[in-house]
Amino acid sequence: MLYRESGLFKTSYAADQVIFPIPQDRWGILAILAIAFVGVPLIMDDYWANAVFIPFLIYSLAALGLNILTGYCGQLSLGTGGFLAVGGYSSYKLMTSFPELDMLLVLGGAGATTALVGLLFGLPCLRIKGFYLVVATLAAQFFIIWLFYKVPWFYNYNATGQISVVPREALGFLVTTQRADPVVRYLFVLSIVVVFALAAKNMVRGRFGRMWMAIRDMDIAAELIGIRPYMMKLTAFAVSSFYIGVAGALIFAVWLGAAESGETYGIDESFLVLFMIIVGGLGSVLGSFLGAAFIVLMPIGLKNLLVDGFGMTAVLAKHIEITAFGVLIIFFLIVEPHGLARLWQIIKEKLRLWPYPH
Amino acid sequence: MNAAPNKKANGKAETLLSVEAVSLSFGGVKAIRDVSFDIKKGEIRAIIGPNGAGKTSMLNVINGFYHPQEGTITYKGKTRNQMRPHVAASQGIARTFQNVALFKGMTTLDNIMSGRALRMKCNIFWQMLYYGPAKKEELEHREFVEKIIDFLEIQHIRRIPVGKLPYGLQKRVELGRALAMEPDLLLLDEPMAGMNLEEKEDMCRFVVDVSEQYGTTIALIEHDMGVVMDLADRVVVLDYGRKIADGTPKQVQNNQDVIDAYLGVSHD
Repeated sequence: MLYRESGLFKTSYAADQVIFPIPQDRWGILAILAIAFVGVPLIMDDYWANAVFIPFLIYSLAALGLNILTGYCGQLSLGTGGFLAVGGYSSYKLMTSFPELDMLLVLGGAGATTALVGLLFGLPCLRIKGFYLVVATLAAQFFIIWLFYKVPWFYNYNATGQISVVPREALGFLVTTQRADPVVRYLFVLSIVVVFALAAKNMVRGRFGRMWMAIRDMDIAAELIGIRPYMMKLTAFAVSSFYIGVAGALIFAVWLGAAESGETYGIDESFLVLFMIIVGGLGSVLGSFLGAAFIVLMPIGLKNLLVDGFGMTAVLAKHIEITAFGVLIIFFLIVEPHGLARLWQIIKEKLRLWPYPH
Repeated sequence: MNAAPNKKANGKAETLLSVEAVSLSFGGVKAIRDVSFDIKKGEIRAIIGPNGAGKTSMLNVINGFYHPQEGTITYKGKTRNQMRPHVAASQGIARTFQNVALFKGMTTLDNIMSGRALRMKCNIFWQMLYYGPAKKEELEHREFVEKIIDFLEIQHIRRIPVGKLPYGLQKRVELGRALAMEPDLLLLDEPMAGMNLEEKEDMCRFVVDVSEQYGTTIALIEHDMGVVMDLADRVVVLDYGRKIADGTPKQVQNNQDVIDAYLGVSHD
């Protein structure tokens, strides 16, 4: 009744190709952005920033990156943790080597470095597919973590083997270390994620998205219409790694403030981000956000409910959380492989016809 | 204007593609043995033959998916031993497949748009902005693709993922994707297989229209002899990888070897 297309007449292809053709969607997204940029900062404190909003946004960015590679281009990767580490460590090296550098440039540099590393580990994708490529990316994960642990140059010969953040500004605002205002840190991460999400949406609805999806759906036919599979897989690796690298740098510099390769960027991270896109929706920009929200927020919600609500011990609550996690992933794999994003789409399709479905 | 569909194959038209003494084998299996034929500009050329005669292999050789061990392929005056798929695509050879090879997760519109891949050049940074040249390019190609959608009468399925479409429509979308490449040579591998009469008639009409309106040269494989005899200007017949006849539909129809091949007369 309230949400429908009838009466909308598009008179140009440009009007037909906008991201949100239905006005209600446009208002909805504007409302969400307004709440995110204006409403949320009003309640922001250190707890909300560090436990909820910043991790959610950063993981959304990482999920977006992996979704480009896995969801759109069909190349399964378990190297996400390693690429996050490249982002984190390269941002550290950039911050300590060039103290004057603006944080935005540091993030760009970290992304570019990760894109190069991603390209390098993407090279085997010419010869191998599926499970074998997974193993190659797994090798990337372990090799990168080992490298950052073994070579002291990467952590500036610290005795602890950790990297810790130094105060740096973005456009004149202090955004790193605990001294930074949580509102500023939140807005910094939010702005970056919004820009990257828009860029991702533009890529996947345009020429590159179509070529990636063509490779995913049928690489032989793609080759015969003139798409070079190798080139497209490599661009997917590069773009995806750029996103993941920026996310890795944000994890280190803005969220945690310190990192250690195996602890912060272990194989667990690779699986976590993969679960996000499976639960959220493979091949969907919205799905990356839904998946990240689900996986970052669910443990917090469950903990609050079980420990504070039902008075369970923290250990028991943790075990229930792990069990629920596993069950939900199996549930999504079987029932709705396209994840939460697809459920949302179904709701919208039903809503278009409601209340007269015939 | 091009001539009517059943125009006589005349000797004056220039040769677009010629295949010289091509042999292709997979291990011990000889799929194609010493086959030569040519395709003239603007004609509809049918390749027929019983199952396993090497028809699809022949198309795969032409667009570079298989590499023949012997023989040469001359396309647009250039002679090669083998084609490469993306070279064939960039030089204007498009094809459809016997078992539909569409991108199942993408909509009809996206599938046909992907046929424009070679003609879209805008770099990834403009793509991220979806502004300026990227948007302009996208809209130009959208307009072209909409013409194909109108031509094939598939406006109503524009936004539907092709995996959900019935088979007949999928075949039509696949033809649309091939047409989006603006090919000079269109290879159709059994475009009417598995269709009912009405869908077949539609498809025949589209093939004839493509030939007449766009002047595209077409090579098609088809089992329905009625269709072949009506559409084709010239027919080449393969059997067990050999060429056994070549000529107008009438000549081929009366050729004793062809009749034997189809009726299954033993070869010794």
